[in-house]
Amino acid sequence: MPKPFTPKVVTANHLIEGDVVYLTADDEWCRDLAQAEVIENEAYADLRLSFAEDQPGIVVGAYLADVTPDGAPAHFREAFRAGGPTNYPHGKAHGQRPGPQPSSEA
Amino acid sequence: MYLYDDFDRAFLAERNAQFRAQVARRLDGSLTEDEFKPLRLMNGVYLQLHAYMLRVAIPYGTLSSDQMRVLAELAERWDKGYGHFTTRQNIQYNWPRLADIPDMLDRLGDVNLHAIQTSGNTIRNVTADHFAGAAADEIADPRPYAELLRQWSTDHPEFQFLPRKFKIAVTGSPNDRAVTRAHDIGLVLKERGGELGFEVIIGGGLGRTPMIGKTIRDFLPEADLLPYCEAIVSVYNRLGRRDNKYKARIKITVHENGLDEMQARVEERFAELRPLFDGVDQAQLGRIRSMFAAPEYRDGHAPAVTDPVLRSWIETNTVPHKRDDHAIVTISLKAHGATPGDATADQMRLMADLADAHAYGELRISHEQNVILPHVPRDALPALHMALGAAGLGTANVGLASDIIACPGMDYCALATARSIPVAQGIATRLDALKVEHDVGHLKIKISGCINACGHHHVGHIGILGLDRAGVENYQITLGGDGSETAAIGERTGPGFAYDQIVPAVERLILAYLSLREGEDETFLQAYRRVGMAPFKAALYETAATREAANAA
Ligand code: SF4
Repeated sequence: MPKPFTPKVVTANHLIEGDVVYLTADDEWCRDLAQAEVIENEAYADLRLSFAEDQPGIVVGAYLADVTPDGAPAHFREAFRAGGPTNYPHGKAHGQRPGPQPSSEA
Repeated sequence: MYLYDDFDRAFLAERNAQFRAQVARRLDGSLTEDEFKPLRLMNGVYLQLHAYMLRVAIPYGTLSSDQMRVLAELAERWDKGYGHFTTRQNIQYNWPRLADIPDMLDRLGDVNLHAIQTSGNTIRNVTADHFAGAAADEIADPRPYAELLRQWSTDHPEFQFLPRKFKIAVTGSPNDRAVTRAHDIGLVLKERGGELGFEVIIGGGLGRTPMIGKTIRDFLPEADLLPYCEAIVSVYNRLGRRDNKYKARIKITVHENGLDEMQARVEERFAELRPLFDGVDQAQLGRIRSMFAAPEYRDGHAPAVTDPVLRSWIETNTVPHKRDDHAIVTISLKAHGATPGDATADQMRLMADLADAHAYGELRISHEQNVILPHVPRDALPALHMALGAAGLGTANVGLASDIIACPGMDYCALATARSIPVAQGIATRLDALKVEHDVGHLKIKISGCINACGHHHVGHIGILGLDRAGVENYQITLGGDGSETAAIGERTGPGFAYDQIVPAVERLILAYLSLREGEDETFLQAYRRVGMAPFKAALYETAATREAANAA
């Protein structure tokens, strides 16, 4: 029996910065999981994933990641991707990095 | 150390220019990611969890102070102000932007450093004993051979697409500090009848199927080093499996074909290749060797040390140098609670300055993720210790339980199944609070964040492997591993431990050792070899509740 569909977000790494990005409902890429579009059905998920894969000049390695119905990471790997490394207070969870700032595109 | 000539410089500049153009074409859309990925990997650029990662080779772990300053500059200009020294004598930058990497590579090129073949199915950075050229127990400096191998393997057209990555380690000492028995080729320098040669070991490796390497040649005359290594890699290139990534390393080729068959084929190929090496390699070895001359040592005799803190640091963090008025100093990058192997740009610069002031400008990086000053006059130790202490680099724990090897794990690595850094931090912090590690003595704890075993957990006296068990981090423990000349793969204790249980579990192991050892001289590994797994298993798994249940039954 096929597994029942669970909520997803489209995520990838940004081509230039390499950091984690999420697809929003209005076709933008954001860096905060809270702003990501939570996808509730499989057919739409496939559509959104192909939309992401059609942007090789902006993102790398797009895939569907499981989230809870309220959009929180379902697996610890995604929680670390969303929050940054746990050994230094300089990941996403702790604001921007010092030094060069990510460019504004995407 | 080896100095680049015009040929080397031109080669590197051209390669960097090529990669700059490849990055530009990726950014303007003319290369797809599928096309670009193998190109970036050939130049040491990975895409990790949170960012790109640039892995820079530190050939056989040797660095000049000027090179160390450039590593610091990269950390500051293009990263987040630090770098991570790895278990393969590389440094990794965790946060570069793709567009900046060509500039980073050019800057590295200014000081003869590069990232070529730090990834991909090629011959990787050749590693060596980090005390090479200085150790009291050394037969000869292994680095000229490592440099010869580096030159031979760099861009070798036959070996750019091997079945899998290929790692070579060399030691010049019978006390194996280079983990040669866990490498695809391990070379142990020996002397026989006044001649130098190598014991050649093949098929060692950790990862999914850990294996201790087997001796394929007991004594290979040094002049035959390149043709023989070429014969091994060429036989592997032909026989190595390409159908299954997990069976593609030479350890499996040796295992499946048998050592005798491998030996016969290697000898056959060697007989073909040997006449083709017409002495150019030996001339080059002579040239290289002249660049590895020892520094002009000054007199370093010093009065006996009375300060107890300094004495403790000298006892733990130095080993005998081949001259008795000098010492080999290991600077611990394992301050309790810090990320193993990380150094800030300021720390790197300070170590470079201290190398200039007290150690003839030479530094080394160990596979144990520490920095070494190989030649320190003994009368400079007090000043050195004071300067290191002021920068958070004076921790006296080298070889002790908190001198933990840990791979980046799931804090950075895209392949990870669990975190390793916070586990190392937690164990070290706990040991510091217990104040037992000097009493415990020599104990190697090694942690990997997945089965690939970059943290060498199989050869840790206590090994820890982080796994994903049904969506939760879980840590498996192995005991009795050994990466030295008495190499052994650790044995699993039983079920793994949750993230919040792994530090207490390690604490129980250490306390069990303290209560069962026969005396202060019996190390953890010796005690384990004497008593076996049972008492440690009991310490790990027998809680009050399980004992009660057993009694009731
Ligand atoms: S052992 Fe696994 S998690 Fe650790 S660095 Fe290697 S591949 Fe990454």
